[in-house]
Amino acid sequence: MALLRCRGLRKEFAGQVVLDRLDLTVDEHRVVALIGASGSGKSTLLRCVNLLEEVDDGTIELDGEDISDPRVDADRVRRRIGMVFQAYNLFPHLSVLDNITLAPRRVHRRARAEAEAQARDLLDRVGLGAKAHAFPDGLSGGQQQRVAIVRALANSPRLMLLDEVTSALDPELVGEVLTMIRDLKADGMTMVLATHEMGFAREVADEVCFLDAGRVVESGPPEQVLGEPTQARTRQFLRRIIEAGRL
Amino acid sequence: MTPREHTPSAAQLRRSAYRRRQSVHSVLIAAFSTAALGTLLVVAVTGAPGWDRVRRSFLDPEIGADALPAVLDGLWLNVRLLVCCAAGALLLGLVIAVLRTLRGPVFFPVRALAAGYTYTFRGLPLIIVLYLLTLGVPGLRLQGMPSVLVLGGLALVLTYGGYLAEVFRAGIESVHPSQLAAARSLGLTYRQTMRHVVLPQAVRRVAPPLLNDVVALQKDVGLVSLAGPIDAVRAAQIATAQSFNYTPYVVAGVLFVLLAIPLIAVTDWVTLRSARRQSGG
Ligand SMILES: Nc1ncnc2c1ncn2[C@@H]1O[C@H](COP(=O)(O)OP(=O)(O)O)[C@@H](O)[C@H]1O
Ligand SMILES: [Mg+2]
Repeated sequence: MALLRCRGLRKEFAGQVVLDRLDLTVDEHRVVALIGASGSGKSTLLRCVNLLEEVDDGTIELDGEDISDPRVDADRVRRRIGMVFQAYNLFPHLSVLDNITLAPRRVHRRARAEAEAQARDLLDRVGLGAKAHAFPDGLSGGQQQRVAIVRALANSPRLMLLDEVTSALDPELVGEVLTMIRDLKADGMTMVLATHEMGFAREVADEVCFLDAGRVVESGPPEQVLGEPTQARTRQFLRRIIEAGRL
Repeated sequence: MTPREHTPSAAQLRRSAYRRRQSVHSVLIAAFSTAALGTLLVVAVTGAPGWDRVRRSFLDPEIGADALPAVLDGLWLNVRLLVCCAAGALLLGLVIAVLRTLRGPVFFPVRALAAGYTYTFRGLPLIIVLYLLTLGVPGLRLQGMPSVLVLGGLALVLTYGGYLAEVFRAGIESVHPSQLAAARSLGLTYRQTMRHVVLPQAVRRVAPPLLNDVVALQKDVGLVSLAGPIDAVRAAQIATAQSFNYTPYVVAGVLFVLLAIPLIAVTDWVTLRSARRQSGG
């Protein structure tokens, strides 16, 4: 069953068309990788799905509900979607534990003890149990990003949106974050991830979508889109990536 | 884990010894130049032809001691006013700043009122607000009119609230939009985002300028004496008029400085700490 279905999405910024009649369907427990040049609209698409941006046309359905309808409660929708950003966006004034328990306590009205027990459990599982009381600026980039993923997971989301979550990391820190995403997939989490890590997209994604100028130009299984692309623009993009040594 | 035993190298020992010598030098030089400057100042002032006259009319210990109780009484009023007005102005400033961030057409009148308030009270001289409230409002002869002191305090809160609102607003705007996106993506409402994510960061960042305005307020609370209540400066003025001697003013001035020192020290400490946090982050 389709968990997320975007139809004919359009988004403009000051007259510039950033998403153009974009369609995307994500079935439950599936992982979709969005690839494409910088500025092709990957982040904008994820932000629209999370209702951080208003679409200018088209519909977005989550679990069959039209969430692009202005009458829906956006806060309630966002509770079902976890989002992780390129720059981590942890709250610098809160400890790791407080970053993670903020939404469970304030949004889901859980008791502090219960929320903290859940947070510690999640932290232990990703090997960050010792950092519960640290502050974000005392952590490495990889650790911050793993905390950000845990923070999103603490809401028990139906869908995770990951926006180039390894792009700001030093190469040796990328692995620990990718491992975490692999584990999420093994747990059956539905994910849409924008990425520049083609090798990782090939490994973890069930489907790869190549975006160009706000449209899905080509999509399909990773072996096909990354291995034998049919579209000239996809081939051109992949050639540049290979030249940059990232495949 | 215990760090391994470390024996400093000869080069490091030489460097440490040199640094120690340097810091002894610095202390000696500082002490000498301070003593030289101090002596020069004392000689210049006490050697001035009018020094005796000035000392008699500004530094008379007897008159100072006589005036002290009245001036202290007045200072107690300053302290109470400062505490109440600072709390009121900080609260008002925060509320106004938050109201100005509200988006959407429903809030247009609220936004407009809040903006109008900050424009008006930042532009209006405090003395005029004070006279309007303490002399004008009682003239209405309404039932249950608060005392002149409360009205004077209100004038201070209104005026400083306008300044503080702008400081708070600058702090709110300095919080990066990605923090809002992160909070909203977790399902926090606008109010929750403000309360738990934006305001704590904003207030920390603007704590130094906020405290600076509180130090300024400390000096301005005395202006309520223009409307009647007797603060430290007014008490000194009365004592001066009785003794034909300016010593009471000096007493009041010293007391004001003593009162300000803790507040200024806290401000410096907070400023230093936030500067460290920013460069260390
Ligand atoms: N808030 C915004 N205001 C104006 N233009 C924007 C905004 N966000 C994104 N854009 C523009 O939209 C285009 C797509 O951006 P983005 O979705 O971030 O691409 P990607 O994530 O694929 O690199 C870019 O040209 C960018 O400049
Ligand atoms: Mg992007």
